[in-house]
Amino acid sequence: MLQGWIIVLVSLAYLCFLFAIASYGDRRADQGRSLIANPYIYALSIAVYCTSWTFYGSVGRAASSGVGFLPIYLGPTLMFICGWFVLRKIIRISKVNKITSIADFIASRYGKSPLLGGLVAVIAVIGIMPYISLQLKAISTSFSVLVQYPEIVMPQDLGSAPLLQDTALYAALIMAAFSVLFGTRHIDASEHHEGMVAAIAFESVVKLLAFLAVGVFVTFLVYDGFGDVFSQAAAVPALTRLFSIEAAGGYGSWISLMILAMAAIICLPRQFQVAVVENVDERHLRKAVWLFPLYLFLINIFVLPIAFGGLLLFPDGGVDADTFVLTLPMAERQEGLALFVFIGGLSAATGMIIVATIAISTMVSNDLVMPVLLRVGRLHLSEREDLTGLLLAIRRGTILIVLLLGYLYARLIGESYALVTIGLVSFAAAAQFCPAIIGGIFWKGASRAGAAAGMSAGFLVWAYTLLLPSFARSGWLPAAFLEEGPFGIDLLKPYELFGLTGLDPISHALFWSMFANIGLLVGVSLLTRQSLVERAQAVLFVDVFRRTEDQARIWRATASVRDLQGLLARFVGQQRASSAFSRYARRHGQKLDVQAPADTALVRFTERQLAGAIGAASARIMVASVVKEELLDIDQVMAILDEASQVIEYSRRLEEKSAQLEATSRELRAANERLKDLDRMKDDFVSTVSHELRTPLTSIRSFSEILFDNPDLDADQKKEFLKIVISESERLTRLINDVLDMAKMEADQLDWYMAETDARAVIDQALAATHSLLQRDRPIALETDLPTRLPSVHADADRLTQVIVNLLSNAVKFCDPERGRIGITAGLRDGLLQVEVWDNGPGVPEADQERIFEKFQQAGHILTDKPQGTGLGLPICRQIIKHFGGTIWVESVPGRGARFSFTVPLAEAGEAAVSASAE
Amino acid sequence: MTRPGLMNERLMALFLLGLLLFGPPLMGAFDRPAIALGIPVLYLYLFLAWLCLIVFSALAIEGGAQTPSGAEPEDLDRAFEDEG
Repeated sequence: MLQGWIIVLVSLAYLCFLFAIASYGDRRADQGRSLIANPYIYALSIAVYCTSWTFYGSVGRAASSGVGFLPIYLGPTLMFICGWFVLRKIIRISKVNKITSIADFIASRYGKSPLLGGLVAVIAVIGIMPYISLQLKAISTSFSVLVQYPEIVMPQDLGSAPLLQDTALYAALIMAAFSVLFGTRHIDASEHHEGMVAAIAFESVVKLLAFLAVGVFVTFLVYDGFGDVFSQAAAVPALTRLFSIEAAGGYGSWISLMILAMAAIICLPRQFQVAVVENVDERHLRKAVWLFPLYLFLINIFVLPIAFGGLLLFPDGGVDADTFVLTLPMAERQEGLALFVFIGGLSAATGMIIVATIAISTMVSNDLVMPVLLRVGRLHLSEREDLTGLLLAIRRGTILIVLLLGYLYARLIGESYALVTIGLVSFAAAAQFCPAIIGGIFWKGASRAGAAAGMSAGFLVWAYTLLLPSFARSGWLPAAFLEEGPFGIDLLKPYELFGLTGLDPISHALFWSMFANIGLLVGVSLLTRQSLVERAQAVLFVDVFRRTEDQARIWRATASVRDLQGLLARFVGQQRASSAFSRYARRHGQKLDVQAPADTALVRFTERQLAGAIGAASARIMVASVVKEELLDIDQVMAILDEASQVIEYSRRLEEKSAQLEATSRELRAANERLKDLDRMKDDFVSTVSHELRTPLTSIRSFSEILFDNPDLDADQKKEFLKIVISESERLTRLINDVLDMAKMEADQLDWYMAETDARAVIDQALAATHSLLQRDRPIALETDLPTRLPSVHADADRLTQVIVNLLSNAVKFCDPERGRIGITAGLRDGLLQVEVWDNGPGVPEADQERIFEKFQQAGHILTDKPQGTGLGLPICRQIIKHFGGTIWVESVPGRGARFSFTVPLAEAGEAAVSASAE
Repeated sequence: MTRPGLMNERLMALFLLGLLLFGPPLMGAFDRPAIALGIPVLYLYLFLAWLCLIVFSALAIEGGAQTPSGAEPEDLDRAFEDEG
């Protein structure tokens, strides 16, 4: 005899045991010795896919449609085989980006869009709520069936229980309590619930064993093996119908169910939670790829025998096929087995409820409530000290609300539906995430606008074609809504939208919602432009195996380390935050100075940690609020690059300039030196010239005074004195002329009349000019050795004459006073005209041979020897010859005369003449 | 296993084979009211095909596990490194 209190007690004991497992798992996780870090636990936890819908509903569906239940398990099998490509990628992406839920995943993929995250959360809540209500309904139904033991009475025959005696309500409340205990004990930055996973895995074992037990019992104890069940069924014509695919609704339903299940195994929030978020090691997937399908295979082996066994045993249809799993052992008076089956069903239901509510609460708090609260400036939430409490409260509240909504749905609507149909409605809702996810991880072009448009449209179509009809069926909406379409518009009939007929409601809804979803995702993505963040995230997701580092973003941050740590502490608690930061410091081998501005890596680290607690979109808002960061777009980056390259360019130019300046200043210094030299020379020159001028002037003045003071001087003496005055005046004139010439030459202001000049004529002219000198006081012998013809030279004739006259007059001045002899020769030497003027005077000492060509320098001692010339003759000669391009020099042996020579370049015609005569 | 990419190819082939096995033309061949080994042919076919698929994918993936593709564990470590 199974009393109600016994069932309740056993159930509560079972749940307590589950909780013990969970808290043991959590403790082990805290110790760092994870209980769940092996592929078997991982595969078992994924088996949360098999809910009470599988446990009870599969048999129910098999009883009405034969193999029609199978696509729900074949789809995931295929998906897991190709899960190595799809699921592994999703897992990797989620690990790298610290994804906490499917809403987070989609929001993160499409540019961390809070809008998309919220949309996913809303769809998940509305879509999954019927599924949760289905579990509650399964618990209450199985309880009310079992409690009638040994009678087999269907719940609908008992009439609706009053609210306070409704098992489903208590089940909902107990489940809420458990979910809160399992899933929201604390806020974990990694969002791992190891204890929960351990409990789920255990539940998977329990439900599998329970189902296998009842399967073996029915197949081998009630009947005599598979062959017996099927051969007995084959004898019943009504049952042989189930052997065909037709019973399953044909290939249309078959294929659409398979597609639905393939999508669901990834997109159902609870599947995403266990397979992706709770995954502790990517390598576990390797075993799960075949272990999970194997689990599905095992739990389905006995579905058909149980279904046929039930149909054969209760041929009148008085027993709901959904309860066969429970009623068959009851009919055979196996109360222990029946209780075990009930516990198995409870496992299946609670597992689903716990994971689904935790997943949904994470989603709702991270992607729906927090972003909204954070944006409402009035609440000043982003300035609150500690937000962990708020976060937990939101999650706990969400769990309670979702479960109560599920209960409400079950109480108001559930009765009109078989288990499987409700489950499929939820599957179809979850499938709306699939295009955004699959598109998002394989197609970089999928844009936020496309995903938002596709998902909303798909969701609306789903609601119109599946959710509203379920309301209509339960009487919430007039039945005419189903039969005639809204307002009698035939084309809008929810089960035959736009006149599409021939499909069952699920396939129909799947077709239209996917048509809208995929169509808009692709179409809008192709027609809109992605923002930069979207683009960056798309690349991160699609190329996750190529680049696991988050390098796409550049932060220009202005926050201190303390700010960031404070921010993290507000969401995960002070202790966890500081331990996270010290871990970071340890790993990067740097000491974190709390005052120092945080570098980019630390900001990103904080954002990722926060993302673990409150989701990527909220984390971004929070970090941005603290960091006052600018997420640089490419234009800004380009501007920065421009700036940098300009600076480089400037500095390069500056360097050039400074080098130039240095060179210039060096030149200036040199010029200055030269100027100073010149200045000094000028001073010397002026003083020398003054001195030179004073000598003749003094002499002129003295003799003039003598003449003035002594008018009675005799005539001879007067004449001599006057002669001196005249000669000194001449000397003075000459001196002044020379000085002027010299000055002009040095200033390069002299006018030169360079032309082809006949050298012979010039020499003759010079000789004529000096002729008088030879005769003046004493006879001086002149020897000329000149060829009759000399080549013409390129020179200024007057200046050349001046040079020769100068040299000749020097020779006259310095030749032997007694038997003076001078001479001049000219001739070609080395292609130049060379003219020599010699005398037989005292000669020039070796030391003076160069000096005499300098200004005011004369051979002999200045003080003792009376100056014989202006001292400017030779410098002027040198200047002139230099200008012509020749050289002038002196050769002399002291006491044996001197020989002055100079060369002048030939004119071109002269050169030609020379080369002609040489031939 | 010698080639790291071989496992991927085998799994992909199995996936495509699965689509073929559980799709219309092939399933239709077994869709008749006959019984083999005491079990309706369609049921027998579906479950056997399913089991084969699971066994072959297990072989493909566990066979490949003996020589895991070299970069993989490293990649994984790198991926974990940035975590808190």
